[in-house]
Amino acid sequence: MSTRLATGGRLIDRSKPVRFQFNDTWLSGFEGDTLASALLANDKVMVGRSFKYHRPRGIVASGAEEPNALVNLGKGARHEPNQRATTTELFDGLYATSQNHWPSLEFDIGAINAKLARFLPAGFYYKMFIHPRPFWKHIYEPFIRQSAGLGRAPDPETRDPDTYEHFYAYVDVLVVGGGVAGLQAAKAAAKSGARVLLIEQTAHWGGRAAVDGGMVDGQPARDWIAATVKTLEGMENVTLRTRCMGAGVYDHGYVLGYERLNDHQPQADGPRHRLWRIRTKQIITATGAIERPISFAGNDLPGVMLASAVRDYVVNYGVAPGERTVVVTNNDDGYRTAIALKAAGLAVPAVIDPRVHAIDPPLVAQAKAAGIEVLMGRAVAKAKGGRRVTGIVVTAHSGEGAALREIACDCVAMSGGWSPVVHLWSHCGGKLTWDAHHAFFRPDPAKAPTGADGAPFVHVAGSANGYLFLKDVLQDAENAGRVSVGLERDPAPDANSEHAAPIHPVWMMPAKAGDDLRAKAWLDYQNDVKVSDVQLAAREGFESVEHTKRYTTLGMATDQGKLSNINGLAILSDALGEDIPQVGTTTFRPPYTPISMGAIAGQARDEIFQPIRKTPVHAWHEENGAVWEPVGQWRRPYCFPRKGESKHQAVRREVRATRNGVGLLDASTLGKIVVKGSDAGRFLDMLYTNLMSTLPVGKCRYGLMCTENGFLTDDGVVARLDEDTFLCHTTTGGADRIHAHMEEWLQTEWWDWKVYTANLTEQYAQIAVVGPKARVLLERLGGMDVSKEALPFMQWADGTLGSIPARVFRISFSGELSYEVAVPAGRGREFWDLCLHVGADLGITPYGTEALHVMRAEKGFIMIGDETDGTVIPQDLGLNWAISKKKADYIGKRAQERSHMTSADRWQLVGLETLDGSVLPDGAYAVADGRNANGQRNTQGRVTSTYYSPTLDKGIAMGLVHNGPARMGEVVVFLKEDGETKVKARIVNPVFYDPKGEKQDV
Amino acid sequence: MLTLQCPHCGVHAEETELTGGGEAHLKRFGPGSDDDAFEGYLFLRENPKGVHFERWRHSYGCGKWFHAARCTVTMEVFGTYTAQTSKPPQDLLDRISEKRPGWRWRDLNEPA
Amino acid sequence: MSEGFEELCRVRPIARQGMITLRGDLSAKAVKNAVTGVAGVDMPSRREARHVGERAILWMSPDELAVLVPHEEAAVAAETMRSALAGIHALVADVSDARAHFRLEGDTIREVIAKLAPVDMSPAAMQPGMVRRTRFAQVAAGFWLRDEATAQVFCFRSVADYMSGLLRTAATPGSAVGYF
Repeated sequence: MSTRLATGGRLIDRSKPVRFQFNDTWLSGFEGDTLASALLANDKVMVGRSFKYHRPRGIVASGAEEPNALVNLGKGARHEPNQRATTTELFDGLYATSQNHWPSLEFDIGAINAKLARFLPAGFYYKMFIHPRPFWKHIYEPFIRQSAGLGRAPDPETRDPDTYEHFYAYVDVLVVGGGVAGLQAAKAAAKSGARVLLIEQTAHWGGRAAVDGGMVDGQPARDWIAATVKTLEGMENVTLRTRCMGAGVYDHGYVLGYERLNDHQPQADGPRHRLWRIRTKQIITATGAIERPISFAGNDLPGVMLASAVRDYVVNYGVAPGERTVVVTNNDDGYRTAIALKAAGLAVPAVIDPRVHAIDPPLVAQAKAAGIEVLMGRAVAKAKGGRRVTGIVVTAHSGEGAALREIACDCVAMSGGWSPVVHLWSHCGGKLTWDAHHAFFRPDPAKAPTGADGAPFVHVAGSANGYLFLKDVLQDAENAGRVSVGLERDPAPDANSEHAAPIHPVWMMPAKAGDDLRAKAWLDYQNDVKVSDVQLAAREGFESVEHTKRYTTLGMATDQGKLSNINGLAILSDALGEDIPQVGTTTFRPPYTPISMGAIAGQARDEIFQPIRKTPVHAWHEENGAVWEPVGQWRRPYCFPRKGESKHQAVRREVRATRNGVGLLDASTLGKIVVKGSDAGRFLDMLYTNLMSTLPVGKCRYGLMCTENGFLTDDGVVARLDEDTFLCHTTTGGADRIHAHMEEWLQTEWWDWKVYTANLTEQYAQIAVVGPKARVLLERLGGMDVSKEALPFMQWADGTLGSIPARVFRISFSGELSYEVAVPAGRGREFWDLCLHVGADLGITPYGTEALHVMRAEKGFIMIGDETDGTVIPQDLGLNWAISKKKADYIGKRAQERSHMTSADRWQLVGLETLDGSVLPDGAYAVADGRNANGQRNTQGRVTSTYYSPTLDKGIAMGLVHNGPARMGEVVVFLKEDGETKVKARIVNPVFYDPKGEKQDV
Repeated sequence: MLTLQCPHCGVHAEETELTGGGEAHLKRFGPGSDDDAFEGYLFLRENPKGVHFERWRHSYGCGKWFHAARCTVTMEVFGTYTAQTSKPPQDLLDRISEKRPGWRWRDLNEPA
Repeated sequence: MSEGFEELCRVRPIARQGMITLRGDLSAKAVKNAVTGVAGVDMPSRREARHVGERAILWMSPDELAVLVPHEEAAVAAETMRSALAGIHALVADVSDARAHFRLEGDTIREVIAKLAPVDMSPAAMQPGMVRRTRFAQVAAGFWLRDEATAQVFCFRSVADYMSGLLRTAATPGSAVGYF
């Protein structure tokens, strides 16, 4: 069994017990425990079931690389799946449940898959579920969906109660990893005065050295670590953060840091996670190395663990993962575990080492001296057991697995060597080189990621760089720190220099293991990929490591293959008969370990999820029950339903009230751009299709704007304010875009023209007072002459209305007598309220965007975005009258001369009237005879705007129809949404209401 | 995520403060131009693996357009300069030649 | 890390701040005179914000300045500038109602801004008297430091509520970063 030792545990505080629940059983641990160490202390070795075969799985590792111990953490709104027990700090009240089993961890129906394992090889799903085709949707997909996934997703109705934030930090040197290498590198860089940020993903400084010991500068490693942290904390130019992981490295020194502030204290104030958006000149990755498992049969049984993890649990947490631990290692480092276990008073029946040494290296000798039996040239043929390892079968490593003897044990500590953590080096293009002597990939210093200046900006320090011994690690870190700030190299603090025998790479144990053993030798624990699966993939022709990965799912689980990748590609290269470096690695992509969606969203939630632009009258709309329509980031009232009224009824009422009395529209969102300068007229002549330079001061003119490829992009009314000043109105969505469009041409093409622009959209509230009684209303407000004589149609005037300064435009988008009144935004609400008050007895009616749309469609006015879609030119819309024939040039003119644009076959704007008076579906297509090359019905037009017209009491529509204007009176057939039902419509003039324009010009 | 120094206001702006504007130094062809010239102006673009000249706008900053010379492979930035020119400055071209001997882009640095 | 239950800094909207945009040749004497005349503040250099009391001139771009005056004076000040610049190629616009302004006060204003804007807020990089146009989360905004403990943030009027929400969230008690 696994248990808490009577003494020891440098990270736990035995005076502070902590209670927590696992699968609804109360257990206890100590402050400083991780969930994994506390579970082991309570003999909870089996903590989950595997993904595909539902095999019992136990804790393998002690850190971020853990593939098995994934749990559902928290309850209700704080529930989160797939959390690694090894990186979850224990706190009082922690609630965790195991995953991927039903009905319980111990008795799991899905475990039947393990019996079927030989029928579920690599690529099973691809091969099995492809035929017959129709089965996919209703049989296969639901089945696969049901069995997919590990943890349980949170209830969609719950809302994350925690908060998150971003933080932008700019530094000279970022050091990722707070082991001895990171500490030394930070110190070396900081001496130059550079701004240094040092981040460490765990809660503790020192990394492995704090566990494995050694002497630095004449003092024990732990003391040196404490002293160095203290030194760094005392430096003004250094910031240290624990619980902060370097998640990803991107171009130009951009790095994401993932700080977990409150995961270990969920009741604390403040954000749970903080995403550091770091911009650094230089990065030092001191991310250490990860131990590799060994591929022998049964290596996934609970109780089979990484040797370094076993020693971490003993030294850091005073926890014995087993009472009798067999160590199997192909390198000297694994002996440390045997020695540490023995020192803790635990039984180590044997160390199994496939190597043979002429002279024992120091660690081997030390183990032997401690009375541990060392079996050289031997291997594990298989581990035995069910929900827990019970023993191993020893064999000759060079053989096929014939049993020499069995050793009973409840824990196996395996070490297949170490792999430098090269993820951050690789994220932004750093290349790797295969170090055959150490049997690992290490960063290739000649192929470093380069920054904006073309020089390398990522440096690697310590074991991440392939240095496994303390003295080398410190020297490498010192070098990296100094190089990052442009200093000469300097000697590092002295440390004890170990001697070790070389590793003997073991990719399959024993070397000639037969098929039955290979089919039980796991590579990827989380995704259930075995040695036999990778070999099968190779036989089936998957030669690229990237393809093999996707076919077998090796390394595709949430751990992204931290333990499995190197072993897997070694097996693949062996199967392909190629060298490991030729096969190469898969691509390392950020984040290093999963980061929360909350951290990515940061502050953006609830009220500030996205910006909502509000007009000066917004509050009134809100108070009066507006139904909102999003227009870009603006919110505009769609209509104002009264009690018991539907939206349709409200729109009809608003249209009728406006046509018969007076309506009020908040048009503040319309763009208002001032264009000023001696070349302003010339500039607008280029911008608009019609002539603007001839517009007299005091007058308004409707204009069209196209892009350089001829397509209509915006429209609006231009008012000439004085000789060299114009005010250009744009659509709501066009304000920022058109202002940018103007600046672009002024800055990059006609920079010698004397023109300045200013976007004054938000300086004014613009209220449209519309309808036959509009003038009466404004006259009641008083302050300026708004008569037909003083202010005729398509003119503007400055003055005051109701003592509010106002600029009044006689323009109409409804066909009615209409004034658009611009007042300072700060007085917009006052003006609105005043109109409502003064117009109460006139039946004044605020209306929304839908009534606006209906009225403009009744008048046949186009709407950018309805009649236009980026492929429509003004000529298509019958707007030739707004295109100057006199001008030599305007933006889009040349494009409109291209043959396709002048073709007689273009679809052109017409009105459409259904024969039965119904409303055509929006976007409906008019069908033509025959079918196209894809077998689809040919089309000859489509609906662009369609409404029920309360004024005419029937459906009206506008549409683009092939050669439409020449086909007046013709009946064409549209199809409804079902693609079957036909609706007949007659082609008519698009102006349905007051075609002579008498009502607006009164 | 790249950073570029805006030559107008001097800010080292990150990509989220900038708007890309595509290829630099296009010559505008208007009415009267032949179809080939107009097609080239409107549609045909360089897609280099290496040295490239681009337009950017410091849209969340001073609002000004500028040019940037950049390596599309390594993201190295050779320099930024005003938008109000039809050709990159000579010292920038020299710098690029130093770093990328034999580079070519449109008619720039064509061998004599 | 400073653990407090106080907001990291005080955030308050500045109601009715007068603001005038000027576009023109900033090296022209007439432009300088027109601007400094109404503001009573020295001409700023690139990325500078000069202020005296409630009046200020902010450098917005190589051909744009923003002049801050009390709201009730803005219309007249704009008119004064227009007259002073008659015959000169320049554009003067009263944008007092088009912007929202906030004042941040406290020792941690740098942290609050650094949570929202991609700007190096270290004292070495961003000093009192400097202005920066950038984005705050998802909207365009600008800010300037009056002094070590006072910043002013401005944005478009329509997103004032959004900005207010951002600033208050960034200043939430318990969220100190302890970085600067």
